[in-house]
Amino acid sequence: MIQVENLTKRYSGFTAIENVTFKVDEGEVIGFLGPNGAGKTTTMRILTCFMPATDGTAKVAGYDVNRDPLKVRRSIGYLPENVPLYTEMSVEGYLDFMAKIKGVPRSIRHERVNYAIEACGLDIFRNRLIGKLSKGYRQRVGLAQSLVHDPKVLILDEPTIGLDPRQIIEIRNLIKGLGGEHTVILSTHILPEASMVCSRIIVINEGKIAGTVKLNDGKVAIIEYGSTGKITNLEESGNIYIKVRGPSDKLIPRLKLIPQIVDVVLGQQEEEDANTYVVIHEAGADIRSELTSTIVYSNWGLLEMRPVEMTLEDAFLELIRENVPKEYDHESEEEPELEIEQEISDEEPLNGDSSDEQEIIEDDETDEIKEDS
Amino acid sequence: MKNAPAIFIKEMKSYFTSPIAYVLLIVFSLLTGFFFAAYFNWATRYAGEASMRSLFHNISITMIFVSPLITMRLFAEEKRMGTIELLMTSPITDTEVVIGKFMASLALFAIMLASTILCPFFLIYYAKPDIPPMLIGYLGLFLLGASFLSLGVIASSVTSNQIVAALISFVFLLGLWTIGWMSGAVSSNVSKILSFVSLVDHFEDFAKGVIDTKHVLYYLSFTCFSLFFAVKMVQSSRWK
Repeated sequence: MIQVENLTKRYSGFTAIENVTFKVDEGEVIGFLGPNGAGKTTTMRILTCFMPATDGTAKVAGYDVNRDPLKVRRSIGYLPENVPLYTEMSVEGYLDFMAKIKGVPRSIRHERVNYAIEACGLDIFRNRLIGKLSKGYRQRVGLAQSLVHDPKVLILDEPTIGLDPRQIIEIRNLIKGLGGEHTVILSTHILPEASMVCSRIIVINEGKIAGTVKLNDGKVAIIEYGSTGKITNLEESGNIYIKVRGPSDKLIPRLKLIPQIVDVVLGQQEEEDANTYVVIHEAGADIRSELTSTIVYSNWGLLEMRPVEMTLEDAFLELIRENVPKEYDHESEEEPELEIEQEISDEEPLNGDSSDEQEIIEDDETDEIKEDS
Repeated sequence: MKNAPAIFIKEMKSYFTSPIAYVLLIVFSLLTGFFFAAYFNWATRYAGEASMRSLFHNISITMIFVSPLITMRLFAEEKRMGTIELLMTSPITDTEVVIGKFMASLALFAIMLASTILCPFFLIYYAKPDIPPMLIGYLGLFLLGASFLSLGVIASSVTSNQIVAALISFVFLLGLWTIGWMSGAVSSNVSKILSFVSLVDHFEDFAKGVIDTKHVLYYLSFTCFSLFFAVKMVQSSRWK
């Protein structure tokens, strides 16, 4: 449904995205995940024909964004990041106008507007001026606008930003329900959201594709590295979480010498000299005793060890590990929606460290709590 | 062009749901009413002619101040609110957007012109004016207004600030009016050029009640060229 090849966008002075290549099949729900300023919005703006790429090709629903921009735009529903709305219009008037300029025929326009209003829970505010709506409802109007012409592809830039926890769940469920019939690309930097809603995650960092993560029921199944092309299949393996005091550059190659170990993924630095790792081993193999003896005989301190599921958080950090930009750390602290995520999580995050990277990443547990509530 | 009417209707609604259309209508009819009353008073006292010529002149100058206010929000507001992103990612062409918006501003201006309709009726009631020159004068004002507004559309498409947009179009309109004044001070060839460039100078014949195709073509081509330029400005914003 969407084919992007070697997409590059350069502004005078800096490169926003470089050689971005990916493919999205029909009915997939794809998450664009990445730090702020990684190039998510730029990629989306090129796909929606808002601006042209410097280089590379992009096809949406079979149409090239440069050659058939009008046909591409007709098959896309787009919710920009800042949710632009005409505040002086009523909800219904606005949706009717959007349906009109998106080429919905007059005969079914009313029906489509009603559908969008109901799908986004805007029934009671149908005649209210958009300027008088709260942020969450404006977000819904934005989403309704993107749905109104029944597009094949939905491109949503941070669709749950600024919503309260209950609304976030509603919108997520709505997006989830859209998958199958529609192809959805949504950008986010809330990891639990991505793992809940998406079937595949494309991780973008510093304008390049850092890798893709395939999810199965919200659990990490396959990691594909963008830079090396290496594929780690976690479904055919088991994982052990370890915390070791010792040099990671020596430990990882040493552990990899154990035959049943497929890969060792570095986690976070927890204390001084101590790091967490996820050891990926062949399914069915019990490597616990060999693992402990290797670590202990090398005179490193084994602080913790337990079997785990690899979380999206681990996969994400692994993919963007190489040079995380400084400003990303700084900005992530100010993201308002993250506070919401944090407020409603009753549990301490698994890795209770205060490193900046962690601030934007929430554990999968957070989600489960919210679903219960 | 099938989407231009949708844009047109949206712009008209937005003019009349905001105070701007009402304020402009009130100010414009107050000003024209005052000009007419002043002329009428003078003409009855000193046996002046019963024509709209003086009023048409006054309106043409008033429009230099009023038309930037009609056009300033057209693109600047969309840029500030970010809604331009919606329009530019919808399956409509930039030309349709520009035409729809321009037509809305022209329609508002036509309504403003229509608000002065009492003046000729007043004249007909109290005197025996020639009707055709009045109609030609209105046609001239309409064409002049179209050129003014098309310039305002360009000004609005280059900035996201309404005040800046209004100032840009005001400065250009003022420049294009006053450039005609210089025509007396320079040699005859340059003088012809200056007077040709001056937008308001072309209105002279219309005010007298003469239709000259030269002037009609001048206003129409000025409007078309400005709108073409505005479309290019809107398109160029994609490349930034």
